[in-house]
Amino acid sequence: MRLSREEVLHIAWLARLGLDEAELERFREQLSNILEHFQVLQELNTDEIPPTAHILPLEDVMRDDEPQPSYSLDDILANAPRREGPYFRVMAVLEE
Amino acid sequence: MAVNDLYRLTIHEAHRLLVKGEVTSVELTRSVLERIEAVEERVRAFITVTADLALEQAAEADRRIRAGDATPLTGIPVQLKDVIVTRGIRTTCGSRILENFVPIYDATVARRLAEAGAVLVGKGNMDEFAMGSSTENSAFFPTRNPWDLERVPGGSSGGSAAAVAADECIYALGSDTGGSVRQPAALCNVVGLKPTYGRVSRFGLIAFASSLDQIGPLTKDVEDCALVMNVIAGPDPNDSTTVNIPVPDYTRFLIPDLKGLRLGVPAEYYEGIQPEVKGVLTTAIRVLEGLGAEIIWDVSLPHTRYALPCYYIIAPSEASSNLARYDGVKYGYSYFEAEDVWDAMMKTRQYGFGPEVKRRIMLGTYALSAGYYDAYYLKAQKVRTLIRADFDRAFQRVDALVTPTSPTVAFRLGERTQDPLQMYMSDICTIPVNIAGICGLSVPAGFVDGLPVGMQLIGRAFDEGTLLRIGYAYQQATDWHRRRPPL
Repeated sequence: MRLSREEVLHIAWLARLGLDEAELERFREQLSNILEHFQVLQELNTDEIPPTAHILPLEDVMRDDEPQPSYSLDDILANAPRREGPYFRVMAVLEE
Repeated sequence: MAVNDLYRLTIHEAHRLLVKGEVTSVELTRSVLERIEAVEERVRAFITVTADLALEQAAEADRRIRAGDATPLTGIPVQLKDVIVTRGIRTTCGSRILENFVPIYDATVARRLAEAGAVLVGKGNMDEFAMGSSTENSAFFPTRNPWDLERVPGGSSGGSAAAVAADECIYALGSDTGGSVRQPAALCNVVGLKPTYGRVSRFGLIAFASSLDQIGPLTKDVEDCALVMNVIAGPDPNDSTTVNIPVPDYTRFLIPDLKGLRLGVPAEYYEGIQPEVKGVLTTAIRVLEGLGAEIIWDVSLPHTRYALPCYYIIAPSEASSNLARYDGVKYGYSYFEAEDVWDAMMKTRQYGFGPEVKRRIMLGTYALSAGYYDAYYLKAQKVRTLIRADFDRAFQRVDALVTPTSPTVAFRLGERTQDPLQMYMSDICTIPVNIAGICGLSVPAGFVDGLPVGMQLIGRAFDEGTLLRIGYAYQQATDWHRRRPPL
């Protein structure tokens, strides 16, 4: 199981993760080795085994819909890298 | 005890002196802060030291003690791993991307400790986003093992374990996703508990792998562990995965014999273990037998060897989803000089995250991507069922399992950083416990060439009490936990 350069770039795009050339090559090598190691799971026949997503037998956890005090606008925006008035400032998503 | 040696105390020892009025919390806190000043340059266990806040909280604790309103944790200095958010106190998660992040609320565990009158001395160094087994993945600096400064303290809660071992705090809270409390506890000769999933609130714990993460105490002995659990365990309306099972008074389990308990020794956990570590465990098991436990030697957990690949699919998959929130918009590091919004996001994450975090995001994204989901993520979830079933079967025959915590003693800085798979192997004994969601306790069990070895006790879901009983009885018969590093 060897990953191609294109596959690594595709995964990086899905994860919105920028990589430089050296990282790209290093991850291609390391991820290939790790995925190869994972092949050991294929030894197990799991056709009849249900998956475990979560170990607790939790059902929907409900509570009364009671208003609670919330955070102030200044608190919410306190860590914003860029703020404009009462808003988070972001780059244009839709260009004209 | 001389006032300048107070930093050596346990919680229960300090509490006794505080309520008797023999020492004050301000004296105790000063002693711990002076200890930090004396050794921190060598150990580097803290990302942030909160000396001023600690002295204010200590003064308040002294008022409370004088008023006769002390809890067992009132006035006692604690360090929190920097993955636990603290209102108004920078919380970095060991990452550049959160280097200047100041939370606007307290984690539930931080709030509960504050209400109990705890004194916060600082935030512990850690592997970035709790991903690692050596604390070398901290974006800031590595922490050193107090027993040998050329070796790692383990990880990811290495800063917390090292701080407790070096007496830079009386106790600490860490987080454990695949062994991150227990493995550093073992490598630093302190006690570390990974509670059952759902026992301790994760509200305000910066998420790594949400189906595996759990907060747990790092303490100087088992009695202290019980005292901390009494405060942090229990349901929380802010974490719907906490379970509404009554929390016992954990100190009830602190009895010095093991009569009537059946302890299993699963062979799979002793394969590929450093021979000297195995030797230490053999001796420890004899001590448990001497305390009245019946040892069952033929317990088997046949799917143990699949736990590591299972974990390294599930944990990175959940991480890749959880870490999608770091987009440079709401908080954290942000790359400004981008061409467009996608470029901004990709460069924010490229420069904000370190190599191990990127590796796991890539791995998880791959395992969840179209065409590979069934072969990796779904397969791992099915194997998770098999690993749980192994434990269910074992716990029909025994009350707890006895294993090594780590396959080796502390390794040298840099020894495993070039080979991610070799680093991942550091957690082979602890990972299955998180996969099954049950509890595990590491207690000091001896030394190999001056380096600590931990014994791991694995218990049924919500049966932390039995683990504390075994650990407590063991500590009445041994003194490994009283040894301190020559700093």
